[in-house]
Amino acid sequence: MHIDLRTVSIKPQRQTFDHIARRIGPDKAASRYQEGTLDVQATHNFHYRPTWAPEHEIFDASRSAIKMADWYAFKDPRQFYYGAYTLARAKQQETAESNFDFVEGRGLADTLPAELRDTVLKLLLPLRHAAWGGNMNGAFITAYGYGTALTQPCLYHSMDQLGIAQYITRVGLLLGDDVEVLDEAKKHWMEDSAWQGLRRYVEDCFVLKDPLEVYVAQMVALDGLLYPLVYETIIDNVLASQGGTPIAMLTQFMTDWYAETRKWVDATVKTAAAESPENKAQLEKWITHWRDRAAAALMPVAQIALGAQADALTSELVGQFNARLAKAGVSL
Amino acid sequence: MDMKVSKKKLGLKEKYQHMTRGLGWETTYQSMDDVFPFVKYEGIKIHDWEKWEDPFRLTMDAYWKYQAEKERKLYAIIDAYAQNNGHLSVTDARYINAVKLFLNGISPLEYMAHRGFAMTGRQFPGVGPRVACLMQSLDEIRHAQTQIHSISNYNKYYNGFHEYRHMLERVWYLSVPRSFFDDAVTAGPFEFMVAIGFSFEYVLTNLLFVPFVSGAAYNGDMGTMTFGFSAQSDEARHMTLGLEVIKFILEQDPDNLPIVQQWIDKWTWRGYRVLTLVGMMMDYMLPKRIMSWKEAWEVYFEENGGALFKDLARYGIRPPKWLDQIEQDKDHISHQAWATFYNYAAACNFHTWIPTDDELDWLSQKYPNSFDKYYRPRLEHWREEAKKGNRFYNKTLPMLCQTCQIPMIFTEPGDPTQICYREVDYKDNKYHFCSDGCKEIFEHEPEKYIQAWLPVHQIYQGNCFNEGVDPTAEGFDPLAAVLDYYHLNFGRDNLDFEGSEDQKNFDEWRGMATKNV
Amino acid sequence: MSKVFIALQTNDDTRSIIQAILADNPHAICNEQPAMVKIDAEGSLTVRRSTIEELIGRDFDLQELHINLISLTGHVDESDDELTLSWNN
Repeated sequence: MHIDLRTVSIKPQRQTFDHIARRIGPDKAASRYQEGTLDVQATHNFHYRPTWAPEHEIFDASRSAIKMADWYAFKDPRQFYYGAYTLARAKQQETAESNFDFVEGRGLADTLPAELRDTVLKLLLPLRHAAWGGNMNGAFITAYGYGTALTQPCLYHSMDQLGIAQYITRVGLLLGDDVEVLDEAKKHWMEDSAWQGLRRYVEDCFVLKDPLEVYVAQMVALDGLLYPLVYETIIDNVLASQGGTPIAMLTQFMTDWYAETRKWVDATVKTAAAESPENKAQLEKWITHWRDRAAAALMPVAQIALGAQADALTSELVGQFNARLAKAGVSL
Repeated sequence: MDMKVSKKKLGLKEKYQHMTRGLGWETTYQSMDDVFPFVKYEGIKIHDWEKWEDPFRLTMDAYWKYQAEKERKLYAIIDAYAQNNGHLSVTDARYINAVKLFLNGISPLEYMAHRGFAMTGRQFPGVGPRVACLMQSLDEIRHAQTQIHSISNYNKYYNGFHEYRHMLERVWYLSVPRSFFDDAVTAGPFEFMVAIGFSFEYVLTNLLFVPFVSGAAYNGDMGTMTFGFSAQSDEARHMTLGLEVIKFILEQDPDNLPIVQQWIDKWTWRGYRVLTLVGMMMDYMLPKRIMSWKEAWEVYFEENGGALFKDLARYGIRPPKWLDQIEQDKDHISHQAWATFYNYAAACNFHTWIPTDDELDWLSQKYPNSFDKYYRPRLEHWREEAKKGNRFYNKTLPMLCQTCQIPMIFTEPGDPTQICYREVDYKDNKYHFCSDGCKEIFEHEPEKYIQAWLPVHQIYQGNCFNEGVDPTAEGFDPLAAVLDYYHLNFGRDNLDFEGSEDQKNFDEWRGMATKNV
Repeated sequence: MSKVFIALQTNDDTRSIIQAILADNPHAICNEQPAMVKIDAEGSLTVRRSTIEELIGRDFDLQELHINLISLTGHVDESDDELTLSWNN
């Protein structure tokens, strides 16, 4: 016997789980983002203290100087839960794939002026290590941050940074004569004076203990200057006008990624700053400090492609950065 | 235009090598010890992280592509299942209680695995294992969320699901799975990998996902079947990571062997104890059964685990300790657990029942050495008593094992009529254990296990009443006060399946579907 | 020899994959269970891309296996052309 269950109209007993209903009201259906995020992390009655940090609980809000009455005040405007996140990235990777195919299939890499090609290799390839640093920092916040609303998108960010490191690697393999370009770029990252400010910046982030300070140093300050500088300004504008459009196609993932991700970063900063004057003061202090360091570290990197223009363009970007943060409630 | 000779196409292994390996570097502005502060204190010696073998070589773009494909399929089924009232197509509403146990006891562990792998994914200095750990961390949040999303529809119609997050941190039996994972994440990164990556994922999760999820399919629960199998497809990567980790650690230094062996012993036992809940689900909570717990144990632990440990023998690894007891226990633990939940059904967020005659016969047939002799008469006795109006609800709080936190319900090896008790005196206190395994685990790290938040102790200490409740007031009912603290709706979430709201609603709704009203 | 196994969901995508695995591994035993197929084999089991491609008539990337894979045991060796599971005992 076939039963057509669809025709049965039955009244649900409840719309969602109680912990969600306490936040959004009992009569509302919850979104998948809400059910997959709100209060998902444990908060009470932990059994043991970490053997690696007995001064803390497993999840412990006191790891940060930023204080929140409710850590679920943070919201990801993209509403990324795993499914939404992977679907969004799968779509982007499909675009990236066809861009790579297009450039590769038509031999466009070989049409690039040699000088431009060298500039790209010099500028872009050491950034795979900076992206790897971004992956480390995102992992740190995911591990030791407090509340799923904050930690979840940090893992997505972390994996995106790994993806970006891999896309840069592919650009290198496509433009370079051999895999040795990767070794050479690493040598620059380790030894060339142009990269030492940035490498020091990234390494200094690795030893920070406050998850929100890592957030400021990586997601706010470094991403907030590096992506507009390298991808939006240098590749999409300056180099594209010199015949480097194929490069802009190969790094479209990064441009799109940053345009999307900054909205989440803005929302996070805004929420934390609006919470209390103390938070706001702390964020201003951190952001000022890391912005200045990031701008200084990126200057010699900018010079690789921009030469004498680097100074002016970087100052302009810092101005835009300040304006952006002002909108998020942080005056620098 | 001159066409350049196309470059040598890189193979999968070589390509992956370039995509990951070179990314890390030896830090110089900060010392490696400060960047990776937790990698030495457990005593594991790693000389060359580059020797790490990547098990599966998924770059992020491939990961996004294939995982998105899985997600598309999964959510299409979840949506269809919800839209078509798929919950009414399960064999029997008793089955839904197995899903309650899953959401309450297992899904939160997926989330803990997500955070735990983020920790190891940050702490290992090697690029290969870091990437593998982070990918697993990402998969694990997937599992937590796909389970929550699939089961969300059951929560709309049935009791016992609604406060799973609150109950996880409070309800007595949920401290068993929870303390297991708290134990793992509070250990160092290497122990975590042996505990979860190897002992749990490799040796034990097949038991959870494969036969149980296949059972869900057999009982008409396409939602659970789909998230279960979809999760297990990631598990294949995780298991392989677990095995690589063990081989890698053992190959790095001979001094690592005794440390790893102790972890394997500990975590196989800890995991095995947690799986008691799964044994009970398979033998008692699936109305249509495909395989008994004992059979599943034989296929997935004895056969597969046997092959695994034979393989690891070349490193000097021997099979986990206490296997002789485990071997005897497979005839008993699912029955002992179900009896316990039947006893304490008033303090549970799912329903219990006495199996039907058919089901009792099935159990007799599957457990010829134990069921008729020890367990069937007791179940039949309880059934008779219930018929006479004397349904037995145990109101005395049980003594819990300090390590696994399961009530003292397991029996002496070799004597299924004698409850097994062990004890240890430590710093002026007496601690109690269900087994030699749990006792030895405690003795190895007493300072850790004395911290355990034991639900029964906490109730007796007055820590499990809502704020403002006065235990000295006249007529104070401690059980009712504890259930309030649990947010358990008395009469809806707990007690017998027979006569429950779930049973009535399911029958009525299914009746509406099969008759013209 | 110890047994390795691979388990796949039962659906339209896996029909040819299972057929290919059984063709390439005459010693393998196919075990059908609700919603899944478990293939057991003594010693080792090899999944070969070319055999699958012949059956499905299109290119196949072995990593596509992940979509419908349920579980496996044994040491994994994955290349562009083959995925092999094995025990050294």
